[in-house]
Amino acid sequence: MTSGAAEPPRIELIDLAKTFTTETGEMAAVRGVSLRIAAGEVFGIIGESGAGKSTLVRLINLLERPSAGRVIVDGEDAVALSPEGLRGLRRRIGMIFQHFNLLSAKTVAQNVAFPLELEGRLAKPQIKARVAELLGRVGLADHAAQYPAQLSGGQKQRVGIARALACGPSVLLCDEATSALDPETTDQVLELLAELNRELGLTIVLITHEMDVVRQVCDRVAVLDRGVVVEQGEVVDVFLTAEHPVTRRLLREDAADAALPAPTPGVRTVRLTYRGEAAHAPFLSRIAQETGVDFSLHAGRVARIKGEPFGQLTLSLSGRNVGPALAAFEAAGVRVREVTR
Amino acid sequence: MSALFANVDWPGILQATFETLAMLAGSLVLTVALGLPLGVLLFLTGRGQMFARPWLNRLLSLVVNILRSVPFIILLILMIPMTLAMMGTSLGVRGAIPPLVVGAAPFFARLVETALREVDRGVIEAVQAMGAKPRQIILGALLPEALPGIVAGVTVTAIALVSYTAMAGVVGAGGLGDLAVRFGYQRFQTDVMVVTVVLLLILVQVLQTVGDRLVAHFSHR
Repeated sequence: MTSGAAEPPRIELIDLAKTFTTETGEMAAVRGVSLRIAAGEVFGIIGESGAGKSTLVRLINLLERPSAGRVIVDGEDAVALSPEGLRGLRRRIGMIFQHFNLLSAKTVAQNVAFPLELEGRLAKPQIKARVAELLGRVGLADHAAQYPAQLSGGQKQRVGIARALACGPSVLLCDEATSALDPETTDQVLELLAELNRELGLTIVLITHEMDVVRQVCDRVAVLDRGVVVEQGEVVDVFLTAEHPVTRRLLREDAADAALPAPTPGVRTVRLTYRGEAAHAPFLSRIAQETGVDFSLHAGRVARIKGEPFGQLTLSLSGRNVGPALAAFEAAGVRVREVTR
Repeated sequence: MSALFANVDWPGILQATFETLAMLAGSLVLTVALGLPLGVLLFLTGRGQMFARPWLNRLLSLVVNILRSVPFIILLILMIPMTLAMMGTSLGVRGAIPPLVVGAAPFFARLVETALREVDRGVIEAVQAMGAKPRQIILGALLPEALPGIVAGVTVTAIALVSYTAMAGVVGAGGLGDLAVRFGYQRFQTDVMVVTVVLLLILVQVLQTVGDRLVAHFSHR
């Protein structure tokens, strides 16, 4: 799902800034971030450590109060809310954490019941039924009486998800929710998040430093660097046409480029990026035959981002018709970008 | 046996044991009742906490430090006028309880503060993110999460109070410490000394064991 212009955004951040005062002086963690996150989308915020991601996500539910700017959730100005209004808002925004942050003194069921008890809307039997439903949803019905310390990391995060969903939020904030998990468990948790997004229409804001996480579940992504959004858009676009050095670093493109052969006169090294239908077309051999150009392949991958196939090839072209070949690639809908070591 | 413990007045020992237990129980209950809120206040008004109030925190901290730096034997004497005013006597079990509480509550409050600091900030943040009120955060999350640490603090405080009761004996509180000083020390009745020390040792052992069991019971980490 994309953010239509007519549709009001679920979350809107306007010129948001957060400066911390520390003993050594002022530290600007977030410096003027504006984002619009549509209802029902999975929005990724990616950046290297220290980029201000965690601060940014905490500004959305006002765990951190902004130094400047506005946070608007469902048309409501969060910063202007009364303490009671803010508590109501937080019940509509679930949150999960890198280190799960479960209450160690409570069982799995008690952890999930806790937000409902705080809310005080449901009676005991209703809470019990809701907890059973939530634990079933995350596949932990058999672990209700266990304590968090007895669970694996993936199970703990499932409890965290069940707890975050307890009050029926419309938004789920994920703060590096899979960074403490092994790759297999990460996939399972991401699959669960994608399922919740599809089935409940849950809007998900996901903070991560891992490109794979964004690639797997996000619709759109913003790249954060030193408190500023340096690139944003559809995941496929940002990934395949990464311009900013931070994005390229996160994609490890620079590392791959360092392994390329030394420049040789008459040889041009390019990265070809193509997506959708083009990924299945035999354009490479066709153009090589037509132009008589020689090519050697350095790197390549064909995969899917959120279901859309794409391909990316790094190759060196030589021979007489390098120029016409490059033009032919572009004519075939392939993006051509010269790369150097 | 009777020759070995010729000087030991067993009914007197029993009486003294009860006095020690009464002093311990009474002062421990009041110490926890006063020290727990004080410890919570010390924690919550501290820097970067929910109700950060630097001046109040510094003031509380100063009072706690002053009370903790007065040697207990001096505190016993300093407290006599106040004890008289409060309890009508400065002697016996009743007279011992006010100085015991004043001596132990600041100590316990620091232990509570430390236990609360051990609670993972992320957990509190998660509870805040659920839309909890401050009261719900403190009673529903902070104190339950810190409970093992607080129980361990109660154990340490109870054991400290046992030795305080022995000192209180010197200024007329009665109990096992009083027996040890008056008979064991001043009259050279080593057998009385040995019996009182063994009883105190058993008391401390029992307190520590029960405390450890309770900590294990409440701890699910």
